[in-house]
Amino acid sequence: MNGAKAILKALEMQGVEIIFGHPGGTIMPTYDALYDSPIRHVLVRHEQGGIHAATGYARASGRVGVVMATSGPGALNLVTGLQDALMDSTPVVAITGNVPQHLIGTDAFQEADVVGITQPVTKHNMQVRNVNDIPRAIAEAFYIASTGRPGPVLLDFPKDVQLAEFTGSFDVEIDLPGYKPTYKGHPRQIERALEALNRAERPVLMIGGGAQHASAEVTELALKTGLPVIPTLMGLGAFPGTHPQCLGMPGMHGSVAANRAIQYADTILAIGLRFDDRVTGKISRFAPNAHTVIHVDIDPAEIGKLVKTSIPVVGDAKWVAAELVKGAKRLNLGKWWAQLEEWKTKYPFTWKPKPYLQSQEVIQAFWEATGGRAVVTAGVGQHQMFTAQFFKFDRPRTWINSGGLGTMGVGLPFAIGAALARPDELVIDFDGDGSFQMTLQELATLKKLNLNVKIVILNNGFLGMVRQWQDLFHARRYSEVYLADSNPDFAKLAEAYGIPGFTLTDKGRLQETVKEVLAQPGPVLLEARVHHEEGVFPMIPSGGAAEDMIIENPREAVAGD
Amino acid sequence: MRHLVSVLVQDHPGVLQRVAGLIARRGFNIESLAVGRTHQEGLSRISLVVSGDDAVLEQVEKQLNRLIEVIKVTDHAEPHVERELALVKVSIAGMEERMEVKDIAEAFRARIVDVAKRSIIFELTGDSTKVNNFIEAMRPYGLLEVMRTGAVGMSRGEQVLKVREKKAV
Ligand SMILES: Cc1ncc(C[n+]2csc(CCOP(=O)(O)OP(=O)(O)O)c2C)c(N)n1
Repeated sequence: MNGAKAILKALEMQGVEIIFGHPGGTIMPTYDALYDSPIRHVLVRHEQGGIHAATGYARASGRVGVVMATSGPGALNLVTGLQDALMDSTPVVAITGNVPQHLIGTDAFQEADVVGITQPVTKHNMQVRNVNDIPRAIAEAFYIASTGRPGPVLLDFPKDVQLAEFTGSFDVEIDLPGYKPTYKGHPRQIERALEALNRAERPVLMIGGGAQHASAEVTELALKTGLPVIPTLMGLGAFPGTHPQCLGMPGMHGSVAANRAIQYADTILAIGLRFDDRVTGKISRFAPNAHTVIHVDIDPAEIGKLVKTSIPVVGDAKWVAAELVKGAKRLNLGKWWAQLEEWKTKYPFTWKPKPYLQSQEVIQAFWEATGGRAVVTAGVGQHQMFTAQFFKFDRPRTWINSGGLGTMGVGLPFAIGAALARPDELVIDFDGDGSFQMTLQELATLKKLNLNVKIVILNNGFLGMVRQWQDLFHARRYSEVYLADSNPDFAKLAEAYGIPGFTLTDKGRLQETVKEVLAQPGPVLLEARVHHEEGVFPMIPSGGAAEDMIIENPREAVAGD
Repeated sequence: MRHLVSVLVQDHPGVLQRVAGLIARRGFNIESLAVGRTHQEGLSRISLVVSGDDAVLEQVEKQLNRLIEVIKVTDHAEPHVERELALVKVSIAGMEERMEVKDIAEAFRARIVDVAKRSIIFELTGDSTKVNNFIEAMRPYGLLEVMRTGAVGMSRGEQVLKVREKKAV
């Protein structure tokens, strides 16, 4: 058996079923071994599509996503996706080929310092230089990627290592003296957290992406205590979005109720989130009335990094939430809820109906038509925020977007990965005309796999979110954001790949079009031509605080439309 | 505030780059970094001198701990020994100056390791303040070259930096 076969055997032993990848010179021995392997390979059209698909697969399933690429250009095409997975704590293992060891450092053909370049964008990475180290390296990579705070791990295999005769053992022990994640929170801190909750008059429960796997436990905690729940963009779905206790997401485009609740809260229980600046706004003005912040996170480095924490709990959200449930009591929050209800009713996410088609109503129509039974992905921009606002996520792992890095182009590859991870689910990618064009080559992959993915391009003819900022903060100087004059006919583009394409321009035909799209089996692309004037509101300008929230589009307030 | 931090690491290829890269990326200010093997196979030890308040120091320690190959991090707040080695080449104009410079060196317990017609190399160990003071004392005579290793440190007494016992995850 050579190294390449050992790589695949070790992957098989990790339970890997699918690899997303693209071949090339230095990874060819492993592709040769793949030819006889039971592991399924999905040939993407660009390595970035591969890493995003692996990420979508991981986020939808909770399992480790695997991507494979050749050296140099192939491996470097993974960089954005690695950072995306790192920032959104997603378990991914990337396997790259490299030039044979005797050529390393000689500027050989397709050589790049991939381990050096990907060091800051991975949880861990290494080059495997000895063929007999393969099983241990792969076992450790999966262990590191999937435990503690999950993240991407890259393993680089020089070609000679793939070709060398393997004489080692697959019976390996993981030995990582510097890596011992803490799962069980400290009992004393959990006790203190419960005491603080019992004393609180205006508490909130904030949950982030780190609570997705702890959905059952945080939901139970919320139901038992009666706490108002604020899921961040990454936490959506970990607690049912349609539940009356859900205030919606906080932050830049969050709900008035969520942002005001944080502004007035005296106690914050935060589980599995990292107080991103898009959530907090100006940090010195964040949650000014919270005398107690309880922060539960498996990564000790997140605790106290940005927000002063009174009760730190280092541990797994699932474990800690279950412990909290045991000791939790029904809290007496009548007065607080009266205030929250008022904000909720007075300021729901909403839009002013116009004679033209609007993104918000398209998303709402899909939500209604599917009863919310879908796994949803998005690109980055206004359409992403509209989706987060108007598609109510009731189940964990059903909203897969790029929160930390804000990577345009993730929508389609995330959807492909998610559809492979959850073949029983309908997958909808709400995409932007700009974002979609960054990875649209994966239409070929989608066609080949014939997955149940509905692509809904909310085409506003602009880089809409940038245009919105230009509107508000750059005196409407629309520098380089216009796309409409050179956008393709998206339906025809889909047809060119053999995917049915629909175009919707007429508001009156919205409901029937949605039905038509959903009735069609397999992949479908719908281009919804929406108006470019629509803005995402509420909005807290970058660097502002909850008090600075712009609730309605100021242009409409002034011009009265 | 100046902190001396010791980091025990697995001596894998690239580990120094990992530590240095992290420090740079997170915008921490470091004055010096020194590295060397330990008596235990596979383990190296890095000394960092970091400036910042307690919150910065806490982040430095926590972020370093996130690196898989970092086994243990200690901020030497407790009584500890700190040493730095410096080689200082001073230019010498004449006999009189040579005598003066030697007197200063003696006061600092610096050793002469090279003597030439117009220069002397001194070797000095001590904490960073002592090294700074020596360099300043020599400056008027003309410093030709200065090479410092950066501070290294160790806790006094029985306290040691070691691999944690294996505990169940
Ligand atoms: C790769 C990448 N480049 C640039 C940006 C900056 N950016 C954020 S939103 C946006 C506009 C996105 O336009 P589109 O996908 O059409 O979505 P819309 O905002 O119009 O809904 C841009 C350019 C980004 N997030 N990612």
